[in-house]
Amino acid sequence: MSDFLSTLPSLQAYLLVAAILFCIGVWGLINSRNAVRVLMSIELMLNAVNINLMAFSSFVDGDLIRGQVFAVFVITVAAAEAAVGLAILLSLYRNRVTVDMEQFNLLRW
Amino acid sequence: MTIATTTELICFLVLSAVVVLGALGVVLLSNIVYSAFLLGGVFMAVAGLYLLLNASFVAAAQILVYVGAINVLILFAIMLVNKREDLKAIANLTTRRIVSAGVCAGLFALLVRVVVTTPWSLPGPAAVGEEATARIGEHLFTDYLLPFELASVLLLMAMIGAIVLARRDVLATDVVTGEVADQGLIEKARTPLLINRAD
Repeated sequence: MSDFLSTLPSLQAYLLVAAILFCIGVWGLINSRNAVRVLMSIELMLNAVNINLMAFSSFVDGDLIRGQVFAVFVITVAAAEAAVGLAILLSLYRNRVTVDMEQFNLLRW
Repeated sequence: MTIATTTELICFLVLSAVVVLGALGVVLLSNIVYSAFLLGGVFMAVAGLYLLLNASFVAAAQILVYVGAINVLILFAIMLVNKREDLKAIANLTTRRIVSAGVCAGLFALLVRVVVTTPWSLPGPAAVGEEATARIGEHLFTDYLLPFELASVLLLMAMIGAIVLARRDVLATDVVTGEVADQGLIEKARTPLLINRAD
């Protein structure tokens, strides 16, 4: 155990933290009934991916740091996704007067 | 262990704990306002992890974009749609949660196995450290120029799309008579456009 601790923070430790964060995000994405919380879960998953990219960039690709460039692009896409997602949410709320995900079943078979 | 590595280890453990517990709070707390503020905490802890990885530029971008823009946007959305409503009970909700937790645990086990068993090519080349920001700038304007420009187009499209989706004057004219309708009247006597079949 102390052996493992002395190697921290290693690449594997960062990947494990990211894996935990991603799984929590997936669980929240499936189980949230509030539409805003679904968007928050998506942000958690994107952050987990970013942690992975940054860890690889620092430990495996230390001289070129392409992972950091990728992370910047992921942050950009996340910002666009959040803006459009919340706009869709507002328009849904105006039409259905609820944020319950179970009520948004218009497109379901 | 030197004092530097010990400090790094302590910082890593604290930030990881904040990330994991904060994410659990975001998903599990019943009050969504608390969830949104905890989400801001998670974002800042992730930025701290980036600082530990010698990535000061991305950490600053994380704080600016996630905490400063996305989290504030989420808080605004919560304030706009925050109506107290009692959600209808669903059959087998607990079963569903437990099954999905099992699925997520399986996914986590898979990821852990991949992380542990993969022979990573460590140690990699020496890290550039403080030169990272300059290196990112070189990348953005040489070999990643096309994605960089595409990102600006994407942001423009997202901005226009968000405005179009969220604006209110969709029904500027009366649908039946074709006359220009009073926007205020439409807003007040507004029936939901989509009829809820469940009711």
